[in-house]
Amino acid sequence: MNKSGSIRRFFGVPFMLWAVLFILLPLFFVLQHGLTNEAGVFSLANVRLALEWEYLKALGLSILLALISTVCCLVLGYPLCLILREYAKKSGVLIFLLFLLPLGMNSLLTTMAWQTILERHGVLNMALAAIGLPALQIVNTPVAIVIGMVYNFLPYMVLPLYVSVAAVDTRIIEAARDLGASRWQTIRYILMPLTRPGIISGCTMVFIPALTTFVISALLGGNKVLLIGNIIEQEFTAAYNWQLGSALSMVLMVFIILNMLLEFFTDADKRKREVKA
Amino acid sequence: MEKELLKLEHIQKSFGDRMILEDLDLTVHENEFVTLLGPSGCGKTTLLRLIGGFETPDKGRILFEGKDITQVPPEKRQVNTVFQKYSLFSHMNVADNIAFGLRIKGKDESYIRDKIRYALKLVNLDGYEHAQVTELSGGQQQRIAIARAIVNEPKVLLLDEPLSALDLKLRQNMQRELVKLKRELGITFIFVTHDQQEALSMSDTVVVMNQGWIQQIGTPESVYNEPENAFVADFIGDSNIVDGTMVRDKLVHLLGQDIPCINTGFGENVPVDVQIRPEDIQICAPEEGQFRGIIQSVVFKGTVYDITVEAGGFSWLVQTITGHAAGKEVGIKLAPYNIQIMAKPASEDEEAVSDE
Repeated sequence: MNKSGSIRRFFGVPFMLWAVLFILLPLFFVLQHGLTNEAGVFSLANVRLALEWEYLKALGLSILLALISTVCCLVLGYPLCLILREYAKKSGVLIFLLFLLPLGMNSLLTTMAWQTILERHGVLNMALAAIGLPALQIVNTPVAIVIGMVYNFLPYMVLPLYVSVAAVDTRIIEAARDLGASRWQTIRYILMPLTRPGIISGCTMVFIPALTTFVISALLGGNKVLLIGNIIEQEFTAAYNWQLGSALSMVLMVFIILNMLLEFFTDADKRKREVKA
Repeated sequence: MEKELLKLEHIQKSFGDRMILEDLDLTVHENEFVTLLGPSGCGKTTLLRLIGGFETPDKGRILFEGKDITQVPPEKRQVNTVFQKYSLFSHMNVADNIAFGLRIKGKDESYIRDKIRYALKLVNLDGYEHAQVTELSGGQQQRIAIARAIVNEPKVLLLDEPLSALDLKLRQNMQRELVKLKRELGITFIFVTHDQQEALSMSDTVVVMNQGWIQQIGTPESVYNEPENAFVADFIGDSNIVDGTMVRDKLVHLLGQDIPCINTGFGENVPVDVQIRPEDIQICAPEEGQFRGIIQSVVFKGTVYDITVEAGGFSWLVQTITGHAAGKEVGIKLAPYNIQIMAKPASEDEEAVSDE
């Protein structure tokens, strides 16, 4: 073993420790709890329970709301990135930081703020009443949860998306216009395919936290809308059924892993093309 | 001369407080190969982008076949551009790149297929339909960029320093091919370059630009042989440019000597710039020349020798086919028809600036 090899190994030790202590070990505990019963004997009972209709319904709703939030973030984030790209030279960085600002605030705080805005006698309904419009029932509905998710997770979409949108050479866009493409056609046929990796990682960055959140759904959904994150939280903190909670987490993890695999394969596809270049 | 195709009138363009073009006029004819030649920052690329529709002039208008297209967006102009760095779409293969403009216009697939085959043949890349553009060499990418532009049958093809990224041999090949291509297509080419050799060897018309001003428009021969000012003389080819005074018609006073020339019409005792090409200077025995001097250095350049002769208080660049020994005393002879007299620039803006 040569010297540089041993140095490399030395610097690798903390990361190895990290991986074992904080990634592999917790994962092991989750699996252990999920695949045993109260007596600590191997059993699939909890997994079977986790796949019951009641829980699958919550999981389905969670996936649906996470998907809607992801789409909303993409629809909001993509034009934003295009605008930021245009103004990149002048004030782009400032606007960019402005949109990342929510990241710096506690999400509990921002979600509670949304609660104040959306609640029955909240800011929104007061404003609507002031101009003579009927009040809206938004809080404690899936709509409120989606609003909260979009607000909290939009920066996670914008960050990777902006990086890939900004990387597209202006001349490529001009070439498309030169060949007869309108603004929209240029976005549709040139920019979107070229920024696909950014779109996919942005979507993953939003989808995963949106799928697992329980704070946003607890505060903005009341107890009327139960998402899988809330059920897992309750199993651990209220029902003390760690086995079922772990089993539910395992089911949830399957979807997250599927999502990550999707990203990995699109990335690998891109890398393959780059290697050829 | 063929019909007028493109006309730029009183074009003014600035970026922020930097004035790029100030009151520029230019007329381009059908089937003409026009080269915009000048040092970097002279406004030639801006001019091309104005014609392509990527920039809008602050003042002035652009006419295409008599119609004002100043505000028309690039996708609606009958003009296509070949960009400096090719700008191919890396997520498409060769055929899809070439087909892009035609698909946007909604042409049917059999027409598109024929066009792709025709265009690839024209740029000598038959059979490359399914290649990934990222797998091609720089020269091949540039040909695809040209093919992608010409399938749209533009009336004008704009080329923004398309050969600058290629190595010398390939560049020379592509120069010949572009001229051939232009002849086959029978359309107007507007070609931007800072390479005077490229401009001279390819164009029908050379537009020499400096600091946003057109210095001279003419055939390659006329801008080389009869530069209108010291900038053009200096920028195109090698030159000896000496301050002189026009004594009267056909006689110029330079470096303390009255030298006969063939220029007329400058008036009497008018300060002028005098240009003599290095290959037009004759080296002779000391007593036979108009100036007497010492050879300072001799550099072999392949086809010629670059010889520096210190004579009459000026350092002359002379090109000869035979070598001479440094340190030798020689004479310099200037034939009247080899002396080019140019008016001194009238304003600051036109001041000759050597960029090289």
